[in-house]
Parts: sequence; C-alpha cells; structure tokens
Amino acid sequence: MFHALVAIKQVPDTTNIRIDPDTGNLVREGVPAIMNPYDAHALASAVDWKRKLGGKVSVVSMGPASFTVTIREAIELGADAGYLVSDRKFAGADTLATSYVLAQVIQAIHEKEPIDVVFFGKQAIDGDTAQVGPGVAVRLDLPIITYAVKIRDIDLAKRQIVVERKTERWTEVVEAPLPALVTCEKEIAEVPFAPLPDLIRSLRYEPELLTMDSAGFFDVDYVGVRGSPTVVFKMGTPPLPEAGEKINSREIGVEAAVATAFAKADAAGILTSVLGGVR
Amino acid sequence: MSARRFWVFIEQEEGKAHPVSWELLGVASRLASEVKEEADAAGDTVHVECILLGNQVEAIAQEAIRYGAERVYLVDEPELESYRNCPYYKSIVGVARKYEPEVLLIGATTLGRDLAGAVATSLRTGLTADCTGLEMGEVKGAKQRLLLATRPAFGGNIMATILCRQSRPQMSSVRPRVFPMPPYNSEAVGEIVREEVPLDEKDTEACILEFIHDQAESVDIEYADVIVSGGRGLGTPEGFKLIEELAHELGGVVGASRPCVDAGWISYAHQVGQSGRTVRPKLYIAAGISGALQHKVGMQNSDFIIAINSDPNAPIFEVADVGIVGDLFEVIPAMLKDIKARKEQVLSLSKEALA
Repeated sequence: MFHALVAIKQVPDTTNIRIDPDTGNLVREGVPAIMNPYDAHALASAVDWKRKLGGKVSVVSMGPASFTVTIREAIELGADAGYLVSDRKFAGADTLATSYVLAQVIQAIHEKEPIDVVFFGKQAIDGDTAQVGPGVAVRLDLPIITYAVKIRDIDLAKRQIVVERKTERWTEVVEAPLPALVTCEKEIAEVPFAPLPDLIRSLRYEPELLTMDSAGFFDVDYVGVRGSPTVVFKMGTPPLPEAGEKINSREIGVEAAVATAFAKADAAGILTSVLGGVR
Repeated sequence: MSARRFWVFIEQEEGKAHPVSWELLGVASRLASEVKEEADAAGDTVHVECILLGNQVEAIAQEAIRYGAERVYLVDEPELESYRNCPYYKSIVGVARKYEPEVLLIGATTLGRDLAGAVATSLRTGLTADCTGLEMGEVKGAKQRLLLATRPAFGGNIMATILCRQSRPQMSSVRPRVFPMPPYNSEAVGEIVREEVPLDEKDTEACILEFIHDQAESVDIEYADVIVSGGRGLGTPEGFKLIEELAHELGGVVGASRPCVDAGWISYAHQVGQSGRTVRPKLYIAAGISGALQHKVGMQNSDFIIAINSDPNAPIFEVADVGIVGDLFEVIPAMLKDIKARKEQVLSLSKEALA
C-alpha cells in the first residue's frame, strides 16, 4: 500500500494582481484564489502513482478556513483525505515557522499511517521562495529531491524512489531511500479532469481540522509570528529608473523612429559594442 | 570585541564556479564596508569570507580571493564531488556553527535554492529569497546595523524589505545578474582554511545515478549580451519568428514575458522576470511587452533598453532608455533593414581597405 502526502497551498492568481495607481495599494478584490499550480501537478503525480501501486493520497494545507475549497479541489483531483491546519496563532508565519507546522503535522500523520513519499510543488507562485519543501525535509530528516520533472520508479519492496530532476545545467537521475520528499515542476504530471464520483464526493467533503489545541503537538514558540525570525520592515512600490525618450513611429515614420532609437543606442556605445564594431 | 563575518557560499559544479558567487562577493564587500565605521567604534573586526565545498576545488578558493574574499573556508571531500542536498547543507551548517557568520548570501540558482532553505531551517534562522536589494541599515531598537533585504512580493507588484532581528546568520538568496561583477585583482592575497565536517552514512544515501545533458534546451539568457524579448503583443506563437530573426541578426538570444510562456508559446527557459530569469545584457529589446512589474524587475538593470509597444502608456516605457510607440510588425522589420545595412556598409568598407 502506497501512501503519498501532498502539501498544497491556496494562492491568489498572481497574474491578476495589480496595484491601484492612485493609492499604491494592492487590489485584492476580484482576484481569484487557486490551488498553487505546482501543487496541482504534484498532486496529479501522487494520484497517478496511487493508481499504479494501490493506496492512498492525503493532502495537507495550512491556512484559514477558506482553504477548505482548495482541499475540496484536491479531493476532486483524486486525493482521499484532507487535513486543514488552521489557527489564528499560525498567522504571519514565515517559511521557517511554516515548515515547522507542516513537519509536525506530517510527522503525526506518518505515525498513524506511514507515508512513503511527501510531495510539494517546487514553489508557490505568490511567494516564489521554494524554501518550505527543503525546510520540511530537514526537520523530518528526509532525503529531498527538488525540481522533479519525472518519477521513474517507486519501489515499495526495495523502499526506494528514482526521480529525474532538472537543474539549469542538466537533468539528474537521483535514487533515494523511502520515505523521501519530492518538490515538483509542472512536467511531473498532467492535471487530470476530475472523474464524476470524485467531483461529487468533493462537494460535501469536510477536511479534518487541526488547530493549535486540537492537535496538541505544536509548540507556541515556533508557530506564527513568534516562530518567524523574519519580519517585514517596510513595503512599497519599487523605485523606477528615469524614463527615456519616447518616439512615436506613427508621427515620424517607422524608418525614422528606428534610426532615432539606434542613434541613441550608438551614442551610448551600445550598438557598436554588440555588433562588434559595425557602425 | 567580536568578529563580524560576511559570508558568501561559492557555488561550483564540475570545478567551475558559478559567476553569481562573485557577484555576491561584491555585495558582501559592500555590506562589510557599510558596518565598518560602526565596527571600528565598537572595537569589532569585519571580515569578507567564503564557504566553498567540493572535491579538489582549491583553485576556486584562489579565484574567490581575487574577487575580494579575505578568507575561504574550504571543505574538500570526495563525497562533495557532485552537489547533493544533505551532505552540502550539513557541511555548511557545521562550519557556520563554528564561526557564526553575521550574514550568509547564496545564489538563487536551482542549486542554491535547493540548499538555502535546508541551511536556514537547520540553523533555525531567517532566509529571504530572491533579493534585489541588500544593505546594512540602522533599525530602531537594534544595537547594530541589520541586513535589510528587499525583494519583490505578490508576483512582483510590490517591494518588501525584510529583516531578521535575532537569529544568525541573516540569510538571503540572490539571483544571478541582479548585482554586477566585482573587480578582479590577480595580486590579491588571502587565506584558505580547510575544514572537516563529519558526515553519517545516512547523509549520503541519496545518490545521483546519471547526468543527462540536454542540448536542445540550453538557452543561456542570464549571461547573454543581447536579448530580444517578445510579449503578448506578438499575438500568436508565430510572432516569435520575427523576434528570433532580430535576435539572430544582433547575435543575441530570445527572451519572453510570462504570459507567453504560460500560454505555451515558448519554453520557460526564455522567461525574463521575477518568476523567470533576471538578466542584465548590454542591449535589451522588449517588443509587445506591456511591462508588468514582475517583468521589469527582471530586466531593468540592462545597460540599454529599447521598448516597442503600440500603447503609448505601456509601463515598459518607464524603464526604457528609448521607446518606440508603434506596431512591432512594422518596427522590427525596419530594425532588421537598418542593421543589415550597417553590416553591409562595414563589409564594403573592409573590402575597400583590403583592395
């Protein structure tokens, strides 16, 4: 029996975020919340392997009650059980405190139902830190394989996993003992269309809720703001360099516009340098 | 009196250092200079140092010294030949516990990101990812200047400055090309300190069976001198043919904005911006890119930026040295014509000179 645990996060669809030009504030209204795309692909891979090996996929998410919809979406995509880790005391957690909470929960689930593979997305699209996966692996002392693009094999008898991970320079084929933690690229698996029974089940699914008190295994000093070594010192819109000259090709003609632009680049010594002495 | 150590992790693979290591060494030197006065007054000493891991990589330690390190801590072991998370993070943690650096900077490459989160968690300290600004600043209530790490947040729509009050080291990861290369001094002298960190058998259990070199995908946009990037204004994936032609003519490479990559018009390796690569070429041409903040933070350090967009109010014009308001399908062909004419002119001049 294979048991995969997938950590998922709900994120604002960052492609839709914008700044109010008058106030400089973040516009949150109307920004849809989605399952972090990398997590959806990680989940799809876990579900693929469950179908191959037989077993179970559990998902865990830390966040407010509104994250229930994301857990339901995971059920829709083939997860069997969902845990929502939610408490006001967890709010304001940085990546260190987040990895503490997730590691504690994963450990507790593992003690009840041993886990073979922990799946994470390679990063969340709202923070882009890619820090929580490695953090959880360190806390649980699990071998970690980041940037996974393909799981070649999970051998439950030999207790090992073989994964292809992509770096900037090459693809590595890594073998690690189980249990292991894998952080996934989108190539790991296609997100499937939900089968009707899963879809129906997801509509009424209630995740198991874990709070500070109900779980009983969290140390208050390590969670939320208290457990976070980093703090936001200030926020602002970035300073912009001074805008250059704007040329309207509709007014002066395309050829003239290009000539003017290139003349400016020439004056800055740029074109000469990139064209290797061509003037 | 205490020693304030500013550390850089030197990333190397196959005996070659990643240039981001030197870029960070330049930053560490500057950070050290920012606390010099304060340290002198307190009787503290300030040090710019590196940590280097690998197998027979002393030559890289020498290189680090020439880029400004006064001391390199070197863990040189056969088990560290190829990068693996566990032996690498445990080695760094071991040496860091011994010397207690105040700051530790790591390149935000795939290797560095894999490593940084593990090191920070193991040391139970704060880590700020993908910083675009770093300085040692005064903070109310702090006895010493703290590392102020600025990074884009919320998809690059705002900048957040993060600090870490108590835990040490204060860690940041920084992408390649965010900061310039420091000067190279071939006469520089420094010290190499060899360290040994004992590892368990379990630490090296995960092993690499094979390396697959994928030639087709190797687009090195980070260190390219010329980048021509296309955005949604191209209208269709076929629009990239024109971008490719201009890039080719300029001896450059093709970049892209995030929506084009998300739409599957071009591969992720070409993506410029906060969620793609940070670049600083000599010449950056942005065609049909509106200029979302997340794109701008990835290319605004380019030496010279030409933007082409039909919308005169496109934010990309805010960072451009020169902007052309117009239809890219007219402007780029005109650029191609202009460049070809320049090349022919040089060719005929050199023929004349030879005659």
